[in-house]
Amino acid sequence: MRERLEELKQEALSKIVEAKDTKQLQEIRVSYLGKKGPITEVLRGMGKLPKEERPVIGQLANEVREVISKELDAKQEQLDQEALEAKLAEESIDVTLPGYQQPSGGPHLLTKLIEDIEDLFIGMGFEVAEGPEVEQDYYNFEALNLPKGHPARDMQDSFYITEELLMRTHTSPVQARTMEKHKGKGPVKIICPGKVYRRDTDDATHSHQFTQIEGLYVDENVRMSDLKGVLNSFAKQIFGQNREIRLRPSFFPFTEPSVEMDISCKMCHGEGCSVCKHSGWIEILGAGMVHPNVLRMAGFDSEIYSGFAFGMGPERIAMLKYGIEDIRHFYTNDVRFLKQFHHA
Amino acid sequence: MLLSLNWLKQYVDLDDISPDDLAEKITKGGIEVDGVETFGEGLKNIVVGYVKSCEQHSNADKLNVCQVDVGDEELQIICGAPNVATGQKVVVAKPGARLPGGMKIKKTKLRGEVSNGMICSLQELGIDQKFIQKEFEDGIFVFPEDTEVGSNAVDLLNLNDTILDLDITPNRADSFSMMGMAYEVAAILDKDLHLPEVEVNRIDEKAEDYVKVRVEDADLNPYYGAYIVKNIKIGPSPLWMQNRLIAAGIRPINNVVDITNYVLMEYGQPLHAFDFNRFGSNEVVVRRARNGETMTTLDGEERNLQKDHLLITNGKEGMALAGVMGGVDSEVKDDTSTILVEAAYFNPLTVRKAAKDHGLRSESSIRFERGVDPNRVKEAGLRACQLMQKYAGGEVLEGIAEFDEQAVEQSIVEFDAKTINRRLGTAISVEEMKNILHRLRFSFEEADAHFTVYAPSRRGDIQIVEDMLEEIARIYGYDQLPYTLPEGTSNAGGLTTKQKLKRSIHRYMQSAGLNEAMTYSLTKEENTAKFMDQYIRALQPKAVKLAMPMSEAHSHLRLSILPELLSSVQYNLARRQQNVALYELGSIYVNKEENISKQPDEQLRLSAAITGIWVNQQWQKEVKTVDFYVLKGVVEGLLDLLDIQHASFESLKMEQMHPGRTAAILVQDEHVGFIGQIHPAVQKDMDLTDTYVFDLDVDRLLEVAMENEGSYEPIPRYPSVSQDLAFVVDEEIPAKRIMDVISDAGKPYLKDIQVFDIYQGEHMDAGKKSIAFSVRFQDPEATLKDEQVEEARKQIVNTVEDSFHAVLRG
Repeated sequence: MRERLEELKQEALSKIVEAKDTKQLQEIRVSYLGKKGPITEVLRGMGKLPKEERPVIGQLANEVREVISKELDAKQEQLDQEALEAKLAEESIDVTLPGYQQPSGGPHLLTKLIEDIEDLFIGMGFEVAEGPEVEQDYYNFEALNLPKGHPARDMQDSFYITEELLMRTHTSPVQARTMEKHKGKGPVKIICPGKVYRRDTDDATHSHQFTQIEGLYVDENVRMSDLKGVLNSFAKQIFGQNREIRLRPSFFPFTEPSVEMDISCKMCHGEGCSVCKHSGWIEILGAGMVHPNVLRMAGFDSEIYSGFAFGMGPERIAMLKYGIEDIRHFYTNDVRFLKQFHHA
Repeated sequence: MLLSLNWLKQYVDLDDISPDDLAEKITKGGIEVDGVETFGEGLKNIVVGYVKSCEQHSNADKLNVCQVDVGDEELQIICGAPNVATGQKVVVAKPGARLPGGMKIKKTKLRGEVSNGMICSLQELGIDQKFIQKEFEDGIFVFPEDTEVGSNAVDLLNLNDTILDLDITPNRADSFSMMGMAYEVAAILDKDLHLPEVEVNRIDEKAEDYVKVRVEDADLNPYYGAYIVKNIKIGPSPLWMQNRLIAAGIRPINNVVDITNYVLMEYGQPLHAFDFNRFGSNEVVVRRARNGETMTTLDGEERNLQKDHLLITNGKEGMALAGVMGGVDSEVKDDTSTILVEAAYFNPLTVRKAAKDHGLRSESSIRFERGVDPNRVKEAGLRACQLMQKYAGGEVLEGIAEFDEQAVEQSIVEFDAKTINRRLGTAISVEEMKNILHRLRFSFEEADAHFTVYAPSRRGDIQIVEDMLEEIARIYGYDQLPYTLPEGTSNAGGLTTKQKLKRSIHRYMQSAGLNEAMTYSLTKEENTAKFMDQYIRALQPKAVKLAMPMSEAHSHLRLSILPELLSSVQYNLARRQQNVALYELGSIYVNKEENISKQPDEQLRLSAAITGIWVNQQWQKEVKTVDFYVLKGVVEGLLDLLDIQHASFESLKMEQMHPGRTAAILVQDEHVGFIGQIHPAVQKDMDLTDTYVFDLDVDRLLEVAMENEGSYEPIPRYPSVSQDLAFVVDEEIPAKRIMDVISDAGKPYLKDIQVFDIYQGEHMDAGKKSIAFSVRFQDPEATLKDEQVEEARKQIVNTVEDSFHAVLRG
């Protein structure tokens, strides 16, 4: 009987090794371990054995059962694993094919630039102020120390609608309006972005419509050195930490003193090249200390309050920053242009 | 203004500074230098030669063989200029000379004759044609007889000069002259200043006996002075003067005209020389022109005048348009012998108006417009007399005939050193401030750090403390100002809710797949009537028109963003960009008045236009062309973003739009915009492919959005149950109507309805459609029982069947 059990074990094990699938394994299980299987049969014939041998054979039979069962399980696991691998191999795809296209849109470069500048000044405690694009002559000119007949009105030939109404030529009227609302009490810290209009013929460097962003800070004891410090942080954040600024005296009727701010040329780092017309500097914006007439007209006591203002053209900044050669690109909305500025 | 450094050197020592450094210092001082141009760079071996003989070339009709004495030798030069002649002193480029443009002169042979150099025209030396005197325009230049043979022609012709191109801001009228720039440069460089002295010998006759001056309108002409110079001999002005005029960008004409122009540049004071014998009377009468009066100016144009123009007359006829241009009748000619020199102060606005009306902006008018130094008018006139005496043989009469009602106010500015430093953020010492004022040549008094400054009359721009702040700061140097940050009240700053929502709309539209566009607010008139939203149309707006548009394409303010946005779509299509999705967030300008008197209402709108392919996944056979529902999804997503409930879409007919594919968009039953396809005929007209658009009233949407507080609804703890229901109904019944009925009938447990299928065609009667809904029920308080769901379902089916003669599909 011992031999018979050993024989059965070997037989079963070799069948397990040869088994190809779960079905065959199941058959092996049933045929060897089932109630009608040969091992059960062996156990049934144990009655003929001498008493003392019975437990020994019984134990052996159980061991054989266990070994076969274990091998069956192992083989099953192996087959499962193989089946999974085959399935995975079959499921593999070409990862180099293009992915599912998401609709892609993005901001206009000018909006993006304006928001960047707004955020920069919001961080310094400024608020964003807006105003009408069709302005009264008073707010566009007179409140800004540009009375009728002032020669500086020549500098900005305007689109008039009536004698008293015009397309605003700058966003400065928003400053005048905001100051007026503050009724002579500071601080006023605003940044004013928006569309403006001038009587120009459109070409590569002129546009009858363009954008502007201006800032105004009125409080007690605002110094010119504060203007310099604020413009310096602005320039470094927008153009890069390694850029220098330079202030030059200039003239605007609504500021005194007036300045123009240049930044060092990115191309030549101040050495002089064609981009900066060999000066090493590129003009970026106009600024100055708010003219006392402007403060007074808006109801502020110019003895107590002082302030600074600055204004710049996002188109110009974008053109310099990205080397855009034609201002009309901003308004023709060629998608090949628009899509270049989607990156954050 | 063009600033000749050779000229400037007469007043200020520039030996120890290079032109580039000087340009930078002037720029930093506040007068921007736009360009630095050195005239005769690299010119050498160019001398004065004397033409000893000049004979026709035996082998060439148009060439002459000249023997030219150049001082140290005699050269045979072949010359083709028509005006070359024996006895002339000419410009000779010797062998080895370099001319502008790099041309090198070599010994050569022309038709068998040796030529040892070249006799030059001024053009060949690099002088612009427009500055060359008439007589030398078509040939070589001829020096005056007394010119020394062999001397350096480059120096004599001022070709060693450097010119700075200045961009002068309107406030700095003082810098619009050589003397003004001399003051400026002397202050910037901290140097001495040497100005010309004006001394004139007078003959024993009086100007007042020759001419009287009468001014009718002293406001327009507070000062008019007339000098008389007799026995003038018209001829060329001296070479140095011609050179300087050319350097300043003025063409030399004759000695008298050149002298007035020279003083104009030197003093910044425009003068006019009348031929007194042709003046037609002994009286200068300055008056306003009469409407309709005419006068012929020096350029031969007959000018139509009006009462805003100031006229210099002889009592009857106009002799000059004040400050702008002289008249042809009293023009200085070759036979002129007696000159009336006008030195006047004309009101800047009058001159500006006249110059503008007649398109005659000149070196003179620009200076009058900005205001000349009232204290130097007479002196400038006298300076011209001095030069006429010296260079035109004139005899200057005693005195001046004048009208003088000019009150020159002394501008006095007082300030404390402390104030200056507090405003600038600096610590400039009192001594330093005094030094700066000395450099500026401003008279002042100082006691205990309190300054009283008497601004010079040339600096009309110095009126208030802030002006002095600027003067001190710019001479001190803006470079030297410290960098500080404001120390005042600190506040948080930030965006308003509305501004934040506007940014959210931008972000949403972009992530929904549209590109932000910016179009022009000014459009052509016909566009103002197109694609106008019905809400705007109901306001009966009158498009705002510019008084003087630059072009018809941009003459009116838009009443819809769409016309220009669609032009942008078309622009892309024309460039083979077939898939275009654009939006713009911007204003329209609503004016209701027939004759506009107040600002139009600027309303914020969001418009979008899409065409072409929306989803393009070709290798997966998934290509979705833009349609109504793509864009409607964008709008629904936007309304959801703004947390706007109760929005609906209702079929709408409007011009320019597809009659079957256009809807009004309603929020809380109010019209807020429209969506749809452009009418195929309009698409064809505009060269568009199938294009879908929407246009929304953002002001209204934001109003609704801001009413919503944003409330919290707890996550339901009990499961929901879904049921599918398909009905067969008449095809024209809109889905929305059925959904409204279901919503109502499904109360109180109905949570949500979705359309999941629409079917028409086979197995369906003509004129019918099947529409399938998935409805979801939920009780927030408990798990729904089957009977409750069944009850609700029955209620819905019955109601829908009754309301629409619908049949539930099995």
